Amino acid sequence: MGLTLPSDGEIAEVPAVSPNWLTTRLDFLVNWGRANSLWPMPFGTACCAIEFMATAAGRFDISRFGMERMSFSPRQADVLICAGRLPFKLAPIIRRVWDQMPQPKWAISMGACASTGGIFDTYAMVQGIDTIIPVDVYVPGCPPRPEGLMYGIMLLQKKIKGETMADPSLRQELLVNDQGFFVPPAKIDEISEPFGNSVHQTRSA
Amino acid sequence: MSTRTVEMALATPGLDDRGRPSRLPLGVGTAVDDDLGAEHMLVNIGPQHPATHGVLRLVLELEGETVKRCIPHIGYLHSGFEKLGEYRHYNQIVPLTDRTDYLSPMANNVCLALAAEKLMGIEITERCQVLRVIACEMSRVISHLVWLGTTGIDLGAFTPFLWSFYQRERIYNLQEAWTGARLTTSLTRIGGMMADVPDGWEAGLRDFTATFTKTLDEVDTMFTRNSIWCGRTQGVGVLTADEAINYSLSGPMLRASGVDYDVRKDRPYLGYETYDFDVPVGEHGDIYDRYRVRLEEMYQSNRILEQALDRLARLKGAPLNTDDHRVILPPKGRAMSDMEAMIHHFKQVMEGVPAPAGEAYLGVENPKGELGYYFVADGTAKPVRWRIRPPSFINLACLPKLCEGALLSDVIAINASVDIVMGEIDR
Amino acid sequence: MTAVAPGLSPSVEALRAAFGSAVLRSAVSCGDSIVWVDRDRAHEVLAWLKNTPGQEFNYLTDITAVDYRDPGQPLEVSYQLRSLGRKVDLRVKVPLDKAKPLTVDSVFDLWRGADWLEREVFDMFGVTFAGHPDLRRILMWDTYAEGHPLRKDFPLRGNFTRAEQTRQALAANPEAHYSMEELSIADAFNELPDDMKRRLLEGQRGELR
Ligand code: SF4
Repeated sequence: MGLTLPSDGEIAEVPAVSPNWLTTRLDFLVNWGRANSLWPMPFGTACCAIEFMATAAGRFDISRFGMERMSFSPRQADVLICAGRLPFKLAPIIRRVWDQMPQPKWAISMGACASTGGIFDTYAMVQGIDTIIPVDVYVPGCPPRPEGLMYGIMLLQKKIKGETMADPSLRQELLVNDQGFFVPPAKIDEISEPFGNSVHQTRSA
Repeated sequence: MSTRTVEMALATPGLDDRGRPSRLPLGVGTAVDDDLGAEHMLVNIGPQHPATHGVLRLVLELEGETVKRCIPHIGYLHSGFEKLGEYRHYNQIVPLTDRTDYLSPMANNVCLALAAEKLMGIEITERCQVLRVIACEMSRVISHLVWLGTTGIDLGAFTPFLWSFYQRERIYNLQEAWTGARLTTSLTRIGGMMADVPDGWEAGLRDFTATFTKTLDEVDTMFTRNSIWCGRTQGVGVLTADEAINYSLSGPMLRASGVDYDVRKDRPYLGYETYDFDVPVGEHGDIYDRYRVRLEEMYQSNRILEQALDRLARLKGAPLNTDDHRVILPPKGRAMSDMEAMIHHFKQVMEGVPAPAGEAYLGVENPKGELGYYFVADGTAKPVRWRIRPPSFINLACLPKLCEGALLSDVIAINASVDIVMGEIDR
Repeated sequence: MTAVAPGLSPSVEALRAAFGSAVLRSAVSCGDSIVWVDRDRAHEVLAWLKNTPGQEFNYLTDITAVDYRDPGQPLEVSYQLRSLGRKVDLRVKVPLDKAKPLTVDSVFDLWRGADWLEREVFDMFGVTFAGHPDLRRILMWDTYAEGHPLRKDFPLRGNFTRAEQTRQALAANPEAHYSMEELSIADAFNELPDDMKRRLLEGQRGELR
């Protein structure tokens, strides 16, 4: 599961249960299976989706990771790959798709736009999909090269291989709260602040 | 392609007198009672659906399997390009254009540079023109290849996808060697190019043009006389020439309906009038003709590429950029050693290139249709208005008309035949 | 009358002869001929350009609008016309005073291609096209409450905070438009009560709270 944001000022607790021999062996087996048959839910929206398609096609061949079975229905998917820009109009859709995916599920944010809004610091764009759904791996680039995406996938596999059943917080559903937010509003404003060059590019003449 | 040379190879039952599979709906000839209590059904496709080629959403009103009404909902990828353009220098808009129609980024770069040059009254060198033609035609090929691959998938053929993506990778390699990026090329600058082609690059492109048509031949063998392909595409999604003009269609959509209009021929830019190539024109305006037109366009692009390569060899060593360093960056070495060049460099980076007050519209023939950039300038270095005339947006607007009365499964084929790219539709 | 600018399309003179003072002015910019016409007769002028033999501007390349940086300048709706047969272009501009309601007659009846283009101008600039059968927002969602994004008084990052934008986006129902009512809104439009029609045309649809 994604990075659980600790509520303000608090540190998340590490569960006190220590895994025994049997659960670690079982964990190993389960994680090995999960990591090598991740069925992607390709949430391809823009240019990054073209590179995602290139990753899936012959030369880069995503099936080496056991991922060639694109799951266009979220209900059979394990990992959501958001490849491309995410405007506000699409935000409820990706949230719905994420909610429809069964546990265990992971998310990869592919590209600068999905991760931070990229060059589109405009009225229409979500500044990072982590304000909408939890994200496990961010792949930088505009667009990331297929090699970059594959590195992200391998990082995710590594992460999965380190999971344990003894930690129930991994499968905790992170829902939109009754105020309609997924992360606290102050955090959204904070991480959506313009940074770098775009600070200076708000004058139109 | 003024006359159809292809006959149906197989005599499938139910061919009409013109040799096309007849598409009589079931129950024709028997009295069907309209008021059997059948209700219209609503089917929602998208915005996240593999066959909509992006985040397009279609709401279909069905009666049985026949589409009564099709309502597209767009805007799911609206990112504010045009607004953003008002906050950028002209040269800084080039990277934005990569990301509108991301299937043919180099052609968009070229269009932007041409529009800005028209606005500022800048002449470009001959070598630059030739390189831009190469960029445009390479884009046409990769864009049509994506169309071919994805349309094949939509209609149940997976192999062409792998073929076309293999060829795309070859162009991507060339693109990368030239611009440093596979997809977001940002190739042009006002008054010239961001980079010249590297040494030996031409040989790579020659190799591509020499062998690439083999793939097209294979596709041709596999599809053009294939009775399943013909059955699903002929006579589906028909638009007459008058309708196509009335709907402001452009590009292969317009030509497949029999209107012989190609911006490259009818208002030439980049010296296209001096190249020898044909414009394929369809006659039935159906999906099949759109397929034939696009396939033929790839052969023609290949021809243009070969001619352009010959010219490039002739122009070896000729200057690439204009020598007016108020609009294009001087070579780095000079900017470091020559005071005047350094000032030009500094001013361009910090202040951009101002355009005189005025406005200019320039359209080019993009793979999807006529892409136009319309600039309104007020004398500053940033445009007052940067308008994209998006070919796929305008082509898609006729989808409700095309789908009316079609079968549900045809909607997917029709949508594929329009060749849309959502980045450009929603901008 | 002033001397004709070099390169001006002869259609402009023909328009002057046919419409007199409805043709406000004309210019040539970067080789493109531009003619400004009065809002009230814009539809007539465009229809004339389309249907008159010798003009035959049968192809509507584009409809867009321009909002200038100077707030006193009118907003302009611009029609890019083309004659496919004669291979010439003409840009017709209709200035709209920003102090008055921004309305111009729809050309949907002349070119079906105007459908989405007019909807986009309505969405982005708030110009209403009288007579358009289905004038709804097209790129932004129906309940978008921040304004019209391409107006110059609209900030690049929108009028609301990012948190508020995110909240509204997440509160949106992905199934909106997915109903028979929405589908028949175009059909039923003429039967609606007048004030509802007016509100719909002004783009006021259920504010999101
Ligand atoms: S990160 Fe770049 S390539 Fe990817 S969607 Fe955004 S603009 Fe396109």
